[in-house]
Amino acid sequence: MMTITRARAVLADCLRRIALLALVAPLLWPASARAILSIEITQGADVGIPIAIVPFAWQGQGKPPQDLAEIISNDLVRSGRFVSIPRKDFVSFPKSEQEIVYKDWRVIKAEALVIGTIAPVGPDRFDVQFRLFDVFKQAQLAGLRYTVSASLLRTVAHQIADVIYEKLTGEPGAFNTRIAYVTREQANPKAPSVYRLQIADSDGHNPRTVVRSVEPLLSPAWSPDGKRIAYVSFEDKRSKVYIQNLADGRRELVAEFAGINSAPAWSPDGRHLALALSRDGNPEIYVLELQTRQLRRLTNDPAIDTEPSWSPDGRYIVFTSDRAGRPQIYRMTVDGRRVERLTFEGEYNARASYSPDGRMLTLVSGQQGRFRVATLQLDSGALQVLTDTALDESPTFAPNGRIILYATEVRGRGVLASVSSDGRVRQLYRLEEGDVREPAWSPYNRELQY
Amino acid sequence: MQRKLGLGVLLLAAVWLAGCATGTTTQAPVEDRSTSPAETAPDAGQPDTGTQALPQDDGVPSGALPGTVPDADLLAKRRVHFAFDSSALDEENRRIVEAHARYLVANPTLTVTLEGHCDERGTREYNLALGERRAQSVERVMRVLGVAANRIRVVSYGEEKPLAPEHNESAWALNRRVEIVYK
Repeated sequence: MMTITRARAVLADCLRRIALLALVAPLLWPASARAILSIEITQGADVGIPIAIVPFAWQGQGKPPQDLAEIISNDLVRSGRFVSIPRKDFVSFPKSEQEIVYKDWRVIKAEALVIGTIAPVGPDRFDVQFRLFDVFKQAQLAGLRYTVSASLLRTVAHQIADVIYEKLTGEPGAFNTRIAYVTREQANPKAPSVYRLQIADSDGHNPRTVVRSVEPLLSPAWSPDGKRIAYVSFEDKRSKVYIQNLADGRRELVAEFAGINSAPAWSPDGRHLALALSRDGNPEIYVLELQTRQLRRLTNDPAIDTEPSWSPDGRYIVFTSDRAGRPQIYRMTVDGRRVERLTFEGEYNARASYSPDGRMLTLVSGQQGRFRVATLQLDSGALQVLTDTALDESPTFAPNGRIILYATEVRGRGVLASVSSDGRVRQLYRLEEGDVREPAWSPYNRELQY
Repeated sequence: MQRKLGLGVLLLAAVWLAGCATGTTTQAPVEDRSTSPAETAPDAGQPDTGTQALPQDDGVPSGALPGTVPDADLLAKRRVHFAFDSSALDEENRRIVEAHARYLVANPTLTVTLEGHCDERGTREYNLALGERRAQSVERVMRVLGVAANRIRVVSYGEEKPLAPEHNESAWALNRRVEIVYK
């Protein structure tokens, strides 16, 4: 049960994070303001839990440093599972449990109510408290307290949204997570492109540049602990795979074999990296043991074998192969044996990755010249196309499996889009200028946050 | 050697201009003589090269006539193009590659980089592999005609460096290519 006592652990955690923040700040460059992804809901769910989130009572001078209620509300609405009742409909604005008149909330049909306070408690220190109530049972469902610096207030809001989401849906939220993506900008159409691998909060805020290059960057992949990102860089005029530590910016070159070095995918234990390499003449799937640098070849076929992805239990690797003439998805055991084809529908199926529960894949499915995001149920083999765009790429599951984020093209621009795994809720993530592509959703990361 | 190639290109320009007069246009790749084309957008106003009847290659010893007019016509083309998800060279593109192979055999100090590219459709990693396969299919023709392996470098950029930024069939056709880059 969530209680104020648990908040002590949270506080200790936050303090550790602050210490880490000091370490991280100088090493990751904040992106320019125009580099912030703006998110727009293009298709909402009309059914959802009606929730009232009262603006957090500010107990300091001037204006509060963040509108926490708004951040929480935006998170919950974006999930498609909540309807946030507009503030203008509120009859009262309670600051404490004693001030709650449940009738005020039943009248506006709120099923859940969130109240909170934010108070300055020292130089750049804020005390945040929130409580979640069930309006019908007239009972508190959660209550937490956090003491953090201003820079962590958004993180606290996302953590609160995760608590609310889990209490009311029974599933973990994924708001306090990050996304990685690649941007491409040109000063003018004749100017060279500038590529940036960025990470941002799941709502697009706090973008940071991990690496910048005038040559293409692609295929970012989060380590399972969320501390490192593997990616492909063309900075040496050919594809090479790097692993970069997010905390200190240090990176190592892990694959620069002859031919292409591509498609890094972490094993669930974080000790191995699956790769597509053409060092032996044509692209095959290899597994690199990171500690020993031992390389093991898994596939042996004159076709293209690429885009490996590990099952969450670590037993299988799915990959794309055109061994039957067109790209389709195959699955093999991690020793490279027992290869079976998984997709049979459509001319082109590629870039599969597992859902966090291991029950389905998301992939790009090409039919009649349109490339759209689909899911494949592994037990039934049912393929369901989720989007109606034509140039979709790189689908990635949120760590709670509820949302798939992918890259697509809208009016000539590269954008990110998301679709709930049931297809009901859709959003668009775009930059004011330039293209954005190659999204990768971080795993849950309770240890490191900044 | 660069100069020699430059001379060939000049010769070719004359032929190309003459070719325009014939007025027959086909799906021939857009001619381009820039050495680092990946950075520049294609010149949309440039007409397709006019095709003109080429003398039969039969009976010509391979590599015997580098820089002669018929080869120069082909040598001026530094790009070969492909169908979607294909690395097969059609007859026209194969002749371009063969002319470059003969040129390389005749000019043993030259080396070449074959840059494979794809259109934006499909996935980036698969396209990286496909771009390499396209460059390798050009490499194979050159090897068969006697160009040593150590004179050919193959690199794939997948769909990362389109020539034409538009999202339509004609842009895609232009972007599915191997660039033949002399060093």
